Amino acid sequence: MGATGTTVETTVEIATGTGWVTICPYDRLTPGRGVAALIEGEQVAVFRTRAGELYALGNRDPFSGAYVMSRGIVGRRGEVPIVTSPMYQQAFDLRTGECLDEPTTPDGTPAALPTWRVRVRS
Amino acid sequence: MTDAQQTHVVLVGHGMVGQRFLEALTEAEPRPPGLRITVLAEEPRRAYDRVHLTSWFSGTTAEELSLCGDGFAAEHGIDIRLGDPVETIDRAARTVTTGAGHTVGYDTLVLATGSYPFVPPVPGHDTPGCFVYRTIEDLEAIKAAADRARIGVVVGGGLLGLEAAGALTAMGLDTHVVEFAPRLMALQIDDGGGRVLRRKIQDLGVTVHTGAGTRAIVDRAGRVAGMVLSDGTELAADLVVFSAGVRPRDQLARAAGLAVGERGGIVVDEYCRTADPHVLAIGECALAVDGRVYGLVAPGYAMAEVAARQLVAGPPDPDRTFTGADLSTSLKLLGVDVAGFGDAHGVAEDCVEVLYSNPQAGVYKKLVIGADGRLLGGVLVGDADAYAQLRPLTGGPLPVPPEQLVLPTAAGPRVRLALPDTAVVCSCHGVAKGTIRAAVTEHDVVDVPGVKRRTKAGTGCGGCVKLIGGIVTEELAAAGIETRRGLCEHFARYTRAELYEIVRVKGIGGFARLIDEHGSAEGPDADGCEVCKPAVGSILASLSGGHILDGEQAALQDTNDHFLANLQRNGSYSVVPRIPGGEVTPEGLITIGEIARDFGLYTKITGGQRIDMFGATVDQLPSIWQRLVAAGFESGHAYGKALRTVKSCVGQTWCRYGVQDSVALAIELELRYRGLRSPHKLKSAVSGCTRECAEAQSKDFGVIATAEGWNLYVGGNGGTTPRHAELLASDLDHDTLIRTIDRFLMFYIRTADRLERTASWLTRIEGGLDHVRAVVMDDALGICADLDELMGRHVETYEDEWAATLADPERVRRFVSFANAPGVPDPTVRFTPEREQIKPVLFERLEVRGR
Repeated sequence: MGATGTTVETTVEIATGTGWVTICPYDRLTPGRGVAALIEGEQVAVFRTRAGELYALGNRDPFSGAYVMSRGIVGRRGEVPIVTSPMYQQAFDLRTGECLDEPTTPDGTPAALPTWRVRVRS
Repeated sequence: MTDAQQTHVVLVGHGMVGQRFLEALTEAEPRPPGLRITVLAEEPRRAYDRVHLTSWFSGTTAEELSLCGDGFAAEHGIDIRLGDPVETIDRAARTVTTGAGHTVGYDTLVLATGSYPFVPPVPGHDTPGCFVYRTIEDLEAIKAAADRARIGVVVGGGLLGLEAAGALTAMGLDTHVVEFAPRLMALQIDDGGGRVLRRKIQDLGVTVHTGAGTRAIVDRAGRVAGMVLSDGTELAADLVVFSAGVRPRDQLARAAGLAVGERGGIVVDEYCRTADPHVLAIGECALAVDGRVYGLVAPGYAMAEVAARQLVAGPPDPDRTFTGADLSTSLKLLGVDVAGFGDAHGVAEDCVEVLYSNPQAGVYKKLVIGADGRLLGGVLVGDADAYAQLRPLTGGPLPVPPEQLVLPTAAGPRVRLALPDTAVVCSCHGVAKGTIRAAVTEHDVVDVPGVKRRTKAGTGCGGCVKLIGGIVTEELAAAGIETRRGLCEHFARYTRAELYEIVRVKGIGGFARLIDEHGSAEGPDADGCEVCKPAVGSILASLSGGHILDGEQAALQDTNDHFLANLQRNGSYSVVPRIPGGEVTPEGLITIGEIARDFGLYTKITGGQRIDMFGATVDQLPSIWQRLVAAGFESGHAYGKALRTVKSCVGQTWCRYGVQDSVALAIELELRYRGLRSPHKLKSAVSGCTRECAEAQSKDFGVIATAEGWNLYVGGNGGTTPRHAELLASDLDHDTLIRTIDRFLMFYIRTADRLERTASWLTRIEGGLDHVRAVVMDDALGICADLDELMGRHVETYEDEWAATLADPERVRRFVSFANAPGVPDPTVRFTPEREQIKPVLFERLEVRGR
């Protein structure tokens, strides 16, 4: 997380337990939006901010259970970069995965999203 | 009820004044021990708001009009018996006997029997088709008869008569008003005001006959067929409503030997007592010490308070008496402001009148000034904004020269008068300005509903609500509390409407430039949030056109707009093709059916007369639309804050009752406004006759056919807070209708807040519907040319979003479930059969590890 891409012909990669997996060319990511990726059967949401930073979080929205986080709106709340769930609009800290609106889901589980390491490789 | 410990109060009649009496009685603290209350009422309903009775025609239900909730009687231990009128009073035995034969004893009897409508005893006055205008039951009967009627005549051009005329007009009847006096609303306003009012009422399509009496009702085959006026003129009519004043219902008291006035009314003293110390009378049935019977609610409430006071507080309090009230009234009749207050007719000796009259603009304002310079009264027609400030000042000196108060705003600055704390703002409940200020400064009230709860001000006729709002804002500002109005933290200084103006005037084409130049944050790369991004996306789409997924705009759209489909609970999407006006060919239906079958989608008919197909995954959307577009379908924008559908009934072409082709108009409107992005979704409907099968009055803009053209209603919606649309204009021809809707929509898009439906927008903006009417019909702001041009550009540049998406491989490329595995469907979106279709499988808990 927190890498910056500048040059063309670069790719976005996410760390698995055993190495780095290529997701897509950096330029395929729209500033201010996310995409979903399938990594060893798990769903990861990868975001690019307006300033060019990359973040990767779990794609599952803990409030609805649906795998939709990559389709949320990316923005800022104060200094915190956030993504807002497209389902019920809770905001999550892109850096930590922590939910800024509610600490737990209605069934009592923590509302944080898992985070993944992400980088740009030229 | 001779138990010495008990006092049994029996109230006869449960109208507005009776209910106020009960409230005053039960609010007293401490509650007198042993107080027992029984209500005996003739009407089948508990007390309801008769002041706003006419709103029943525009959809306010009897429940909403009710003033006495279900719990009220139980909470206060009151025995309310409805539908059984008291028929006799035995004062010696202190009992009353009802029509059903029940005899009830009393210690104190309070008569609040109200009044009955006066029906002139002309030949034929009781012919079927003749009605009065007093109770909800009367209105139900009028409405039923109006369905079969074409022409309605209202006898009486007073307040209620004009309201009745408005209701008949709204139901599509040709309406006449017949008034005996030489002018309309003879009691409240003068000749000059009457002339302006008459002109305005006639502009609305009502034919007014003044100085005309009713000689006879024409009876043909046992039904009303017309009426003969005093000068011999014959009017055709299918329905007659008598609204020629009311008479006090004093028969009970009269029969019991109590004194009544020469022209009716139970004689009471300043404590509302009759000659019998055990019998009181309040409201419209009572003749006050000043020799008048008051037919307004505010004096009735004052009497109720006086009567209740002496029952709970022992001996009569010389400070709490009722010796008379003024007849000040301010109301909106058929959309026309009318107010009369104080000495409206200028009868005081040596008084002078300062007046401004502009019949062209429909404005008449007159102030009556005493020889000593004090304000004595006035008449305001067409613009009664000043009423709320002027009435409390009546009787005192004017703080500014009177001409400043009557001249139109354009001729000079609008004067704001500082009201003294003692000025009574709400005359229904006698609440002074100081009390309202105190609610804000001492009890943390921050809005009008809060003031209503705390002080009751504004809960009577509602005429003072605007003034209360002003006082609250003023007090909050004085206390340094600023009402936060910015869109969000990123645009803290601007409302949506202001951002719209900035984008429009500066020709801004993207979010980055807008936030860099006008956002709150300093420095480069500022970003927005889930509030401002879609709002700005919508503004950009409204103004600049272009595809909503192109360039910077892509990042602004929420997931529905981003995938041009509606997100459902399991992460799948639904698809709604446009079916303009709800008209679809059998071929079209078959195509939709085949597509749904081939992609395994769940289908359901929507409320907007279209077909919704559920269960599509992101990667299926382009393939589904490929086939829909090939079959001639376009995006239905079910996903967007945009025009949804224009519903229609089948109209004149097929329907036996239709008077216009509602389907053709609905299709035309839907095609004209399709794709129009707005602050919130827009819904519309067109009905082909007054039966209103398309439910146009529940839409943001709804059109109902009349024999002469189209009536346009605006500001309706369903949802959490349903609201009926209000009549913006009547009998418009086709071109005027389209032009008016164009402007209405563009004005709304230009000035509304984010996610503000037309209904709340109309309630919020200053001047409300009247202001909107002035802007879009009379070009009061001089912006109609702009609005027309914007809509022209929208119509010209419209293109189907889905066809445009499919034509561009770059745009199609985003429709994949996984960026690193295009073509792999999302395995978590799964379905199970139900009623021969699919439904989503709920999620099992699946832990995802982070690394």
